[in-house]
Amino acid sequence: MIDKLNWTATAVFILFFVLVSVMGFVASRWKSGNLDELHEWGLGGRRFGAWITWFLLGGDLYTAYTVIAVPAVVYAIGAYGFFAVPYTIMIYPFIFLTMPRLWNVAHRKGYITGSDFIYGRYRNKWLELAVAFTGILATMPYIALQLVGMEKVIQALGFQGEGMMSHLPLTIAFIILALYTYKSGLRAPAMIAFVKDIMIYIFVIAAVVIVPAKLGGYGAVFDAAAKVYEGKPNQGLLLAPAQIAPFITLAIGSAMALFMYPHSMTGVLSASGSRAIRRNAMMLPAYSLVLALIALMGFMAHAAGIKVANPQDAVPQLFLKMFPDWFSGFSFAAIAIGALVPAAVMSIGAANTFTRNVWRPFVQPDISPAREGSLAKLMSLIVKVGALAVVVFMPTKFALDLQLLGGVWMIQIFPAIIFDLYTSWFSGEALLAGWVVGFVLGTYLSWGEVAWVPTSVVFGYGAYNGVVSVAANIAVAVVLSLVLPKTSGEVVPSDFEDAPHAG
Amino acid sequence: MKYLLLLIPCILCLWVPFYNAVEPRLAGVPLFYWFLMLMIPVSSLFIWLAAKIEGSDA
Repeated sequence: MIDKLNWTATAVFILFFVLVSVMGFVASRWKSGNLDELHEWGLGGRRFGAWITWFLLGGDLYTAYTVIAVPAVVYAIGAYGFFAVPYTIMIYPFIFLTMPRLWNVAHRKGYITGSDFIYGRYRNKWLELAVAFTGILATMPYIALQLVGMEKVIQALGFQGEGMMSHLPLTIAFIILALYTYKSGLRAPAMIAFVKDIMIYIFVIAAVVIVPAKLGGYGAVFDAAAKVYEGKPNQGLLLAPAQIAPFITLAIGSAMALFMYPHSMTGVLSASGSRAIRRNAMMLPAYSLVLALIALMGFMAHAAGIKVANPQDAVPQLFLKMFPDWFSGFSFAAIAIGALVPAAVMSIGAANTFTRNVWRPFVQPDISPAREGSLAKLMSLIVKVGALAVVVFMPTKFALDLQLLGGVWMIQIFPAIIFDLYTSWFSGEALLAGWVVGFVLGTYLSWGEVAWVPTSVVFGYGAYNGVVSVAANIAVAVVLSLVLPKTSGEVVPSDFEDAPHAG
Repeated sequence: MKYLLLLIPCILCLWVPFYNAVEPRLAGVPLFYWFLMLMIPVSSLFIWLAAKIEGSDA
């Protein structure tokens, strides 16, 4: 089981892991508040300034899975994997425009989730449920994939095991994570994010300087990669003509979906104000640059002659080959800790959503704030156990497929959340009908004979299913809003505006 | 004007035929890659300009 363990790398790895675990427990005392209340436990009391939000959102959005998966796609097919870059470029103008409005209305009305806002807007608890259901459904496999990312680096350390034992280190790590999330709530990932992000910056900067230097410069890296792709259809340093439309729509659709996820909204709503969010729209692209550099590691792996059957092993193997053991251990720790932050925020986001938008309206309308807090804590544990079970008992491919579908599903609440930040013209029932159409169509389009497929051919061009289905969703919502009666909720236009300056 | 500023980086990074080429390289990196990476700080700059123009609290 541990015969082939790389002891130096493992020691460094464990050292950092213990460090952040201690921080996770200590975090409960940071910016202290009454952790029995949901907005304190689940949103850190909305007290995170621009810098903390930057670390938290950066750690939350650029996950361990991303660090493994994006270079894996680049390694496997080249330029197409770089869709992550235009995707992350488009997110920030969008955040700059919309998320301060969401924060303002959430702050004024005490909303903790996107579904809270939808309910406040329309007083339609079925639409609220649809939004909540989508978020929870899409989040579960996403958490599972964080664990997959973590397991990749644990394997790279040389850990081998049979059957259940093979998941032992992952299970231990996850129990620790579950305990400190239970205790400290959102404060735990916020604090850990500092360490994680700094470690990621160090390992990326070292990698993009040292690895190409050893391989003969970037020109040599790209040339070596080009040779590997040569003669293979839809692989290469550039996009094939047939890949261009899918590349563009995948970037647009992914950008539309990202901030619909409960964990993204949790990150945004925990900010101390709309100003902190605007600041972050300008500063968060720094992480996109890191992501782009990480994507290039897919090419570096080719130049270094790394041959792996599973592309997801490319980056860990590159590190083991190019760096001394202690630095590989450090980098793997950065990736593993990079899994903890989003996994914690995701489970908190899903728990908040379940408590507020499923349990409260449908099971216990008169729930007390203290009960609400304890229920969410319990849910965060259940969500994590569920994700762990997915990883241990199901093939990884299942989680990957669900994650792919997760984006297609998440984008279906875009019309409800984003349009409603600007207008109350839509009817709640119409938006619900649009959601049903988009959800079913998106799932149907993604259904393939052998595997789920992310794109379909529409009018002769390949397009991301999320974009195709959300277009149908919007069309239905618009047409039905013309005929259906409208209900007005508790939200007024001034709720979206910044508070006047206090001096 | 604010919306136009925010739209420019989005359009540039989606206009694939404009940058889907190897040459000119920059320090060995093909155009496709260095252009997209350059667009990241450029988009930040445009967001900053939009905030200035709007006079919003940022």
